[in-house]
Amino acid sequence: MEKVIVMEKITKTFPGVIANEDIDFYAYRGEIVSLLGENGAGKTTLMKILYGLYSKTSGNIYIKGKKVEIRSPKEAIDLGIGMVHQHFTLVNPFTVVENIVLGMEENGFILELDKAREKVISYMDRYSLHVDQDCRIDQLSVGEKQRVEILKVLFRNADILILDEATAVLTPQEIKDLFKTLKILKSENKTIIFISHKLNEVLEISDRIVVLRDGKVVGETTPFSSDKKSLAKMMVGKDVIDVISQKSKNIGEAILEVKNLSVLSERGHLALKGISFHVKSNEILGIAGVSGNGQKELEDVLAGIRKPISGEIYFNGKNITGKSPKSIIDLGIGRIPEDRMENGIVGDLTIYENLLIERFDCKPYCTSLFLNYKEIRKYAKELVKEFDVRTPSINILTSKLSGGNIQKVILARIFSRSPKFLLASQATRGLDVGATEYIHGKLIEARERGCGILLISEDLDEIINLSDRILVLYGGEIMGFAMRDELTREDIGLMMTGTRKEALSEIS
Amino acid sequence: MKFPKFVLEKRSQSPAWLRVALPFGAILLSFLFAAVIILFAKKNPLYAFYNIFYGALGTRLGLMETIVKATPLMLTGIAVTLAFTGKFWNIGAEGQLYAGALAATWIGIQNLSLPVPVYILLEILIGFAAGAIWGIIPGILKAKYKVDDVVTTLLMNTIMIYLVGAILEGPWRDPATSWPQSIMIARNAEFPKLLVRSRVHFGLILGIVVIFLVYILLKNTKLGFMIRTTGANKEAAYYLGINVTKTIILTAFISGGIAALAGVGEIAGLHYHLTENISPGYGYTGIIIAMLAGLSPIAVIFSSLFFGIIITGAEYMSRVTGITSFIANVVQGIILLVMLAMLLLQEYRIRRVE
Repeated sequence: MEKVIVMEKITKTFPGVIANEDIDFYAYRGEIVSLLGENGAGKTTLMKILYGLYSKTSGNIYIKGKKVEIRSPKEAIDLGIGMVHQHFTLVNPFTVVENIVLGMEENGFILELDKAREKVISYMDRYSLHVDQDCRIDQLSVGEKQRVEILKVLFRNADILILDEATAVLTPQEIKDLFKTLKILKSENKTIIFISHKLNEVLEISDRIVVLRDGKVVGETTPFSSDKKSLAKMMVGKDVIDVISQKSKNIGEAILEVKNLSVLSERGHLALKGISFHVKSNEILGIAGVSGNGQKELEDVLAGIRKPISGEIYFNGKNITGKSPKSIIDLGIGRIPEDRMENGIVGDLTIYENLLIERFDCKPYCTSLFLNYKEIRKYAKELVKEFDVRTPSINILTSKLSGGNIQKVILARIFSRSPKFLLASQATRGLDVGATEYIHGKLIEARERGCGILLISEDLDEIINLSDRILVLYGGEIMGFAMRDELTREDIGLMMTGTRKEALSEIS
Repeated sequence: MKFPKFVLEKRSQSPAWLRVALPFGAILLSFLFAAVIILFAKKNPLYAFYNIFYGALGTRLGLMETIVKATPLMLTGIAVTLAFTGKFWNIGAEGQLYAGALAATWIGIQNLSLPVPVYILLEILIGFAAGAIWGIIPGILKAKYKVDDVVTTLLMNTIMIYLVGAILEGPWRDPATSWPQSIMIARNAEFPKLLVRSRVHFGLILGIVVIFLVYILLKNTKLGFMIRTTGANKEAAYYLGINVTKTIILTAFISGGIAALAGVGEIAGLHYHLTENISPGYGYTGIIIAMLAGLSPIAVIFSSLFFGIIITGAEYMSRVTGITSFIANVVQGIILLVMLAMLLLQEYRIRRVE
């Protein structure tokens, strides 16, 4: 078989960081090769070098046997390389067809959209990538947008496809569909590089698996000669255990109650349509759903930064609808925000200031006017130690910390106040296996102490592993509740795409 | 022909020395630019620069005048520093300065029979209040109604300056001279002089004290923490329970009040009566001073002294060499531009790509 890509001794350094070190990587024609590794292992960097987005510090690249210098994505596309990014690069008000032909060199002065439209439809059929071609992008679901991205790449005659964490935003059904497409592409002798940190997916789809750790290739294997455990060990460098919570033994009374809550999104659409649910103490209620189905609005309303248009929220029997973040914090509600860099911390303040921020006006950390730095530092040092925040000092800017350590700072700040209710949104997104394990442990610990937790996550495994009860949200409505182990992954997946729980039996 | 390509790359960490080196680099660069302009005037830049520094520092008279010029600049500089730390973009120090001058003149011409310290304290309090009220208007507009503070503070300068003009042309016109200027304030309302045979006055002490107070305010108080947090990230601050509205309004209030003290000092310490041009743009220079000081309160002292040198020295240099003293404005302007450009270098590095 022909090696279509050979990357030889690739090194890429950023100031102070070696992102890729002497990496040798190759791919055959008609092969699906997975790049497996934790966040920050260097997978995306290596592929961005191949796609011309980064310039390598040293090393050689050969495409189809010819030595090349790839200086821009345009040069990569000319070589037949296409990349589907984690964040989509589509123009929202344009239709699917318009987005696909946008920026193609074959376009003349006058766009021949009708001709393009036919070609798009034929591609959709050929690769099983169905989307309404005349729909505007902002009317599409995340999974559909991804199909458009793939079509865009195929339209440019790519025979090497790079998919960067493509499954992160998809439901189980959509992942199946994507894999079907990938197999068709493979049968047409196209090469696919599948970047992921999800072990079961990598095992299911790959012909070959290359594992990266700390910027280096640490191993190569095939799905036939490896399993989840061995892959995880290679990826992390030590044995890993998935944190799966035991069912809560002593679930208490409802601590948070939401009644007929309707909320508008940023753009004025009805994002939550009169939903009602409750969270009990000693319970983790998981919210399953594809991003963009009302989770963000639910989080914002409960955190106090968005006002609902109708409905009420009760905490401990007290109506807290429309209260400010300050009063919500003071009531004893903890919040782990989805956007931890924008809301969770103030990056330009030090670690000790960030640990202080929710209680800077409480004794003993201040007098009527002044801050008591002695107490503050003492408190911060204790928390940093207790929550294992890896930092040389409490005086450095919080933005300099890694994602996992930033999340630990947030957890330390919240848990030091022993909240009665915790809102945790995407608490482990983008974190490495170690930090994820740690945070899952802390959430369960809090539940055991009596805390009621609302867990919002787009990682279905996380929801299933941790929750005592699952609520499935779709299009701003509740598709149903499921007790732990009541429904299969597939059933929950169906509910995530708009099937009500009552209708599940009709489908199967 | 192939041109070398350069890219801006985000620094993972900005070295500490860079923060200190930036202002000096900005000063050096702006002198280089000014040299080019002086060359166009067919004069010797080195001779011009020598005269700037000699005029400002080489004689006792020059040195004293440098300090006199630095006095209001310390106050406008620290006022802007405080505001910018909280990301309240106060471009209105000039108007707030005039508000303070107007209020100090008003109380000063009442001829109250008060002991000097009490009269001075009264001037300071009333002057502060006037500037604070002028500053709080854009503060409230920003905090409650999201009105752009750059626009409101800037436009309110014009309102205040015309207001002062109208008062001076009308009710307050000095009957003795019939110039558009107020009558003299009471003798017991004047700031004491600090040194004999000089115009250096109590305003200098006021300036330095205020700078230290702002330093302590930002570093050690709850309000300072609120201001820094709001300035660092308003959305996060609100999310984490800081009363952002209150913080912005208080920042505007204090910043306006401090800028007004510059006007109080110019009236009570230097001119003793109000004219339409007691400030040649000290409020705007305050912005450059704050930027040059990297928003560090203590550095404002040195940064304002530097501008005292430029302003005083440029006048002297102009008399000696015949180059217009507007070269001082050119230097100021270039420093601001270069400083803003160089702040980018604190976050990014320039790297050549193959």
